[in-house]
Amino acid sequence: MSSRNFTALKTIWIKECTRFLRIWVQTLVPPAITMSLYFVIFGSLIGERIGQMGGFTYMEFIVPGLIMMSIITNSYSNVSSSFFSAKFQRNVEELLVAPVPTWVVIFGFVGGGVARAMLIGIIVTCVSMFFVDVQIHNFIVIVVTLILTSTLFAMAGLVNGIYAKTFDDISVIPTFVLTPLTYLGGVFYSLTLLPDFWQMVSQINPIVYMVNGFRYGFLGVSDINYLVALGLLVGFNLLLYITAYRLLKKGVGIRS
Amino acid sequence: MKALSIKGLEKTYAGGVRALKGIDLEVEQGDFYALLGPNGAGKSTTIGIICSLVNKSAGAVSVFGFDSVQDEVEAKSCIGLVPQEFNFNQFETLMQIVVNQAGYYGVPRALAKERAQKYLKQLDLWDKRNARARELSGGMKRRLMIARALMHEPKMLILDEPTAGVDIEVRRSMWSFLKEINEQGITIILTTHYLEEAEMLCRNIGIIDKGEIVENTSMKALLATLNIETFVFDIEQGANSVAIPEFETRALDDTTLEVDVPKEAGLNAVFERFANQNIKVMSMRNKANRLEELFVRLVESGRAKAQTANGSDVKPTQTGQEKRA
Repeated sequence: MSSRNFTALKTIWIKECTRFLRIWVQTLVPPAITMSLYFVIFGSLIGERIGQMGGFTYMEFIVPGLIMMSIITNSYSNVSSSFFSAKFQRNVEELLVAPVPTWVVIFGFVGGGVARAMLIGIIVTCVSMFFVDVQIHNFIVIVVTLILTSTLFAMAGLVNGIYAKTFDDISVIPTFVLTPLTYLGGVFYSLTLLPDFWQMVSQINPIVYMVNGFRYGFLGVSDINYLVALGLLVGFNLLLYITAYRLLKKGVGIRS
Repeated sequence: MKALSIKGLEKTYAGGVRALKGIDLEVEQGDFYALLGPNGAGKSTTIGIICSLVNKSAGAVSVFGFDSVQDEVEAKSCIGLVPQEFNFNQFETLMQIVVNQAGYYGVPRALAKERAQKYLKQLDLWDKRNARARELSGGMKRRLMIARALMHEPKMLILDEPTAGVDIEVRRSMWSFLKEINEQGITIILTTHYLEEAEMLCRNIGIIDKGEIVENTSMKALLATLNIETFVFDIEQGANSVAIPEFETRALDDTTLEVDVPKEAGLNAVFERFANQNIKVMSMRNKANRLEELFVRLVESGRAKAQTANGSDVKPTQTGQEKRA
């Protein structure tokens, strides 16, 4: 990588991190509060009545899924809102007039989303430690899953930001697609509890693979083979990168 | 080598609007060039294409010999853009805005901070360096965009109506700053609706209308084509009864007289007639900016030609441009 591109990449990344840190009340505090509520209600109050799931207490079982849920939501919304704001305020033109290659723009914005997701992941993990003894089965699996998942959803957020024409457009996908898929992605239950038909349907939900991959890293148990989850994550990442690259290169939503 | 060379540039927007109909344009290195035209003429589209903000439909643009597509990086590095609309992040500080912009061009952070200090000071913004951009006045925002455009030290600065909506004091300080950087060797291309600004600053001029170049010449040569100027004289009294046979006169009221003065006659002749008739002149002024009169005339004649040609292409007039002194 040339030093010019490296400086440009670093600049976009720092700018993105500065943005979410500047509005920390909107970006960092809400996930901590939401997760605390999930732990109190689903973990402590309801969880005790549910008993064991997959050989663990219900609280232990949902911790990886809840962390993953925060990571997915935050990496997505960080990039979709940041990129759309840059379009809306027209400061995306600062990048368009400069000799910044398309891949640098993608990595810069996605890097910002991943940084926020990592920070949120740490915050939520710390919060969960107040409620449960967090155990780690395979640290590398956790980190790899975390990076690939946050990259994937940051990239998806970028594609959403590229297409978005109004602020509504960047809330439609999280509300009507991401949230249902996350809740039905096995965060709060094991797929084995579902009837055969619904277990099969769940296999087409990509979030199932991420939640289970992450759960495997923490607990060592998963409804899905971890390697399959890893392969799918890499595949989706490549697909979204190519999509984002082609859209930006063509100037969709940013050049007339 | 030309600072800017445009050949056969065309742009048709998705809705079918043909904003540029194959324009050719050349700007010399070190020039101070005015690109004028009525609203919707194609000025901003042209600038947008030069700066990679708009996709062209056909034609070629080269900047200091670098093709805007083949040598995109080199071409972009030569240009600094001051757009018409404020397009910075309103929530960032001035320092963040200018330092980040330098970073996009690969300028290391330490050097970017030095340059930020230099340009923010030159443009009287240093005291506001830690203020958020949205807290600035309109004039300050315009100056911020100039500072931002200079952060990578481009060879050519393109300003799209840089003084729109700023008061005369700020406008004058911006003019002197632009003159200064032009004297240091930066080629400047300016679009403006203040024709006085173009006349005062620019050596060469292009007039664009309905996506076609209708004039491309030096400011001196263009102004020389103006044969008659109208002057307004404030006289003590009796404007209604003044008669100067050699000149066309119109009394606006008892103390205000308009006189059309052909260039070959000169103003001395008018004053002589006034003196002969014991008319006391209190003050005088041009009725309209000279360039304004020419601009309206050129645009109107261009449209008339186009109508006569019944839709056929009107070729731009390519007269010799004034070289930089």
